[in-house]
Amino acid sequence: MTRRYSALSLFKEGLAGQTGWKQAWRSPEPKPSYDAIVIGGGGHGLATAYYLAKNHNISRVAVLEKGWIGGGNTGRNTTVVRSNYYYPESVELYGLAHRLYEGLSKDLNYNVMLSQRGMINLCHSTAEMEIGARTVNAMQINCIDAELFSPEDVRRVAPIYNFSPDARFPVFGGIWQGRAGTARHDAVAWGYARAASRLGVDIIQNCEITDFIIEGGRCRGVQTTRGPIRAERVGMAVAGHSSVLAAKAGFRLPINSYALQACVSEPVKPILDTVVLSPGCGVYVSQSDKGEIVIGGGLDRIPSYAQRGNLPTLEAVIAGVLEMFPIFGQLKLMRQWAGIVDVVPDSSPIIGPSPLPNLFLNCGWGTGGFKAIPAGGTLLANLLATGKHNDVSRPFDLDRFASGRLIDEAAGSGIAH
Amino acid sequence: MQLFPCPFCGPRDETEFHYGGDAGNVRPDGADVPIDRWAGYLYLRGNPKGTAREIWVHMNCGEFFVMERDTVTHKVLSSTALGGEHAA
Repeated sequence: MTRRYSALSLFKEGLAGQTGWKQAWRSPEPKPSYDAIVIGGGGHGLATAYYLAKNHNISRVAVLEKGWIGGGNTGRNTTVVRSNYYYPESVELYGLAHRLYEGLSKDLNYNVMLSQRGMINLCHSTAEMEIGARTVNAMQINCIDAELFSPEDVRRVAPIYNFSPDARFPVFGGIWQGRAGTARHDAVAWGYARAASRLGVDIIQNCEITDFIIEGGRCRGVQTTRGPIRAERVGMAVAGHSSVLAAKAGFRLPINSYALQACVSEPVKPILDTVVLSPGCGVYVSQSDKGEIVIGGGLDRIPSYAQRGNLPTLEAVIAGVLEMFPIFGQLKLMRQWAGIVDVVPDSSPIIGPSPLPNLFLNCGWGTGGFKAIPAGGTLLANLLATGKHNDVSRPFDLDRFASGRLIDEAAGSGIAH
Repeated sequence: MQLFPCPFCGPRDETEFHYGGDAGNVRPDGADVPIDRWAGYLYLRGNPKGTAREIWVHMNCGEFFVMERDTVTHKVLSSTALGGEHAA
């Protein structure tokens, strides 16, 4: 039986006809009670369960997923990993995620195919360059790697960009983060699932939450389509549907749900080895390891729970891609899809206790949850294990909307959202 | 491309409209409104999955109105002018 993945085990299994591979994670029947329940089997939920077992020695944990693991936004994003944020609170949060991503393949014994190919946020005017310099300075002061690129630097990393004199959005330079890149999104979910399962976590798919068990004003578990399951503490990491669960628990959140679209072209030979974001065009582009051009843009402007997206936004995104890279004019699109994202007024996540005691929140990541998966998991696990914030999660508590201490990163990430 | 019904101009392209928030989110009045009430008014949203009552503005004619919509199917259920002589 092969349990550990390595070059040697791959070689041995090759000789043995690939017959010794074990199922990567167990699919047990739900038990009547656990120490902790994590609602949502996406990256954040699975990471939460993994870190509960690994960091806090709590392995009587169930991850409850209404569909299949990694089938929500974890399977629908554009796989970019970066930490080019402005405010110190965000830097602590996304910096933690970025560092954990860098060690994740080893930690999980699962190749998440992190490719630190760098990312360039373009500046299209003198004014944008000034803001770019300010952002780079802030990032460097906060110990995040960043460089202010000249037009020549941009031409070096993205030679196929539209540098023609009549370009609608000419390049004045850009904000470069060399440690940014992409990771294989499914592998992140599967890697956490496998590692959590090996530490004793029960991953239960096709198990939808129908209600919360509330006794004495406290959350004591959940009612599911597979029966009641009780737990001391419950965490939810259900991006896109956070408000739906909150309504069942009897409170409201500062969230609107919107569709965020993405699309990929047919696979082509390697032509773009970095991530390029143009705020002017409202689009960012990378090339996957398979060769597809991966394209993302802004939100649909209509509140929605439909995971498909509307045509006007797709049209604007494609127009932006062609302005950035006229060379892509002949490409055929292969797939288009949308995920439902939690949009919060200050574009920062909500991590902390909910108004219902014993229920904890990990939500509100907006359009950028994938890059934060290791940090979201670490922080929700800490909350479930200790019941308390640590210094990283404290600023992201729900109470900031009453106190007014918002962490407004809308400008920090470049795409309007 | 979806058509939204403006109560004043009739069915128009979705790109001509802008979402303006929950219908029925009334601004608190008075000097001694508690902080949680303000936070609720400013930030907390129902964000329903299914039927939603929303304020929209048709940017071409500049009129605000209430649209009832299904947020899963995107089907428009009703479209009503806000008060005044156009009240339905």
